[in-house]
Amino acid sequence: MGSVPNKYGRFGEYGGRYVPETLMPALLELEQEYARAKKDRRFQSELASYLKEYVGRPTALYFAARLTKRLGGAKIYLKREDLCHTGAHKINNAIGQGLLAKRMKKPRIIAETGAGQHGVATATVAAMFGLQCEIYMGTEDMERQALNVFRMRLLGSTVTGVKSGSRTLKDAISEAMRDWTTNVRTTHYILGSVLGAHPYPMMIRDFQSIIGRETRRQILAAEGRLPDCLIACVGGGSNAMGLFYAFIKDSKVKMIGVEAGGRGVASGKHAARFEGGKPGVLQGTMTYLLQDDDGQIKLTDSVSAGLDYAAVGPEHSYLRDQGRTSYTSVTDDEAMAAFDLLSREEGIMPALETAHAIAYTIKVAPTMKKSQILVVNLSGRGDKDVQQVAKLRRITL
Amino acid sequence: MTSRLDRTFTALKQQGEKALIAYVMAGDPSLQVTEELVVALEEAGADVIELGVPFSDPIADGPVIQQAAERALRSKTSLRTILPMVARLRARTEIPLVLMAYYNNIHAFGPERFCHEAVQAGVDGLIVPDMPPDEAGPLKGPAAAAGLQLVCMIAPTSTADRRAFVASESQGFIYYVSLTGITGAKLLNVADVEKNVAKIRKVTKVPVAVGFGVATPEDAANVAAIADGVIVGSAIVKKMVAYQQQPDMVKQVAGFVRSLKTAMKSAPTKTR
Repeated sequence: MGSVPNKYGRFGEYGGRYVPETLMPALLELEQEYARAKKDRRFQSELASYLKEYVGRPTALYFAARLTKRLGGAKIYLKREDLCHTGAHKINNAIGQGLLAKRMKKPRIIAETGAGQHGVATATVAAMFGLQCEIYMGTEDMERQALNVFRMRLLGSTVTGVKSGSRTLKDAISEAMRDWTTNVRTTHYILGSVLGAHPYPMMIRDFQSIIGRETRRQILAAEGRLPDCLIACVGGGSNAMGLFYAFIKDSKVKMIGVEAGGRGVASGKHAARFEGGKPGVLQGTMTYLLQDDDGQIKLTDSVSAGLDYAAVGPEHSYLRDQGRTSYTSVTDDEAMAAFDLLSREEGIMPALETAHAIAYTIKVAPTMKKSQILVVNLSGRGDKDVQQVAKLRRITL
Repeated sequence: MTSRLDRTFTALKQQGEKALIAYVMAGDPSLQVTEELVVALEEAGADVIELGVPFSDPIADGPVIQQAAERALRSKTSLRTILPMVARLRARTEIPLVLMAYYNNIHAFGPERFCHEAVQAGVDGLIVPDMPPDEAGPLKGPAAAAGLQLVCMIAPTSTADRRAFVASESQGFIYYVSLTGITGAKLLNVADVEKNVAKIRKVTKVPVAVGFGVATPEDAANVAAIADGVIVGSAIVKKMVAYQQQPDMVKQVAGFVRSLKTAMKSAPTKTR
């Protein structure tokens, strides 16, 4: 497997730059600036210092002894991205792109958000770097993630509700792209996942790849060998790419992405792009999409706002075609059960997105040998979801 | 054989006129209405018709066209129903027809099959707002084979290199996006447009039409003075919405288009 993407931003047949001409010069500028920053030692040491002093990296790789015992199979390690400042892996990317925005002298940043974690991370970075910030969020997501909306506003950002389409992440991205098209001269768009037009999928993967680099070092220190399997939830797929990337050449390490099965793939109400979709172009990139025969994008359904999206990052499509990664899905109910189990067995409340990775772990760990090792990316913490969980269970707080 | 688009621009130039390119969303509110509108708009003075293909997630469009797309999707409009309507129109008119479609709709239809069937139905050109010529590879061959002209867009943010590149790839005409933004914005700056159109003319002989933000007869006249064509979209759709309950909606919209063309004809030409 050669190095991807190529200079056109292609991961095999996926990826590319499907955007209005107005944005092409900005994407080309971003690509060049990112290439320079990547080689610039000062940029890299500044990034490393923020990740250490501000984000709190490296995050722990925790051996989940009780969960392991309960499931009775493979040894389960949790990569604790939930311990990052702001509560999820999203800040790794937001810091990197915030530094780039400063380098490009853009005084304003915008972002989309689904679960609100990327929005909070971006609002946080904007406050810290003194940048003006506007976050786009579907109105349905604003309702189910009200706490994160308030957090963003407390941090000094403007949160703009998007009422079009399904009023979720997809529509927030479209609206952020429209804003960027209008204000591209003064504004940098901090996209939150390995999605969109080149160079975003590559750049965001790079910023998140610290997750896998740390994990590799930590598991070698703890076990003296590489894990047998990596598991991560996949919405756009940034926490999964972040964990997987450092292991891609280790062909014996299996890598599994878990999509949102919603109310079951058979019901049509889900966000399992690999099970229910086919390749197409959405919001700048060619990748697997949930779409109808005419190429109209289908509405998605998931208990988790962060996984409730019709497309998957193009590199995931590529790795899957290569047979390097595989994907599965779990339902809302399975994710909710996993949320409870991890809370009670380990005292760790996962984000509902992350609970999908745990739900698959619950299925697969018992089928593995006790000598085998599983690493799960605990991509975010569940504090933001507490109100939503109460509402789903009809509990008034 | 020269194309309908090329013949139209050449004929207008000989008459010292500029092309009025009128945009309507196919299937908004129904394909029957679209069919009648196209015929009425030609009679009112439109020289080229741009037919929008509704897409669920139109990233280059403002709220007016987004809502038009939603209405068209509600009436179950798709390329599968638009192409037969074009074929019906071709029995009634020779006006050049250009489709504006997001790439995923074409990808789902199949680029090769699309180019072939579109030209057979009577489509002359194609604009894909989310596909810069850098990504047009899979369309170029089939389009050339079928005789479908690919119209490309140049923006105010385009660099000199990109202007030259996009201009060299564009057929029929060049779509100059008058403002840094999305369709229907109110930011038309005629002096800026004039400067940028002049820069494009230095690198190409292909006609340059200007769109985005042209809303009134006055705007149309100002743009006609400096470009080969004037594209009006959101303003027409807005008129349709304003008269949607009235029995004479088509007539009212045609009246608006006539006022655009009249203003353009009275505009003094500053170039060429």
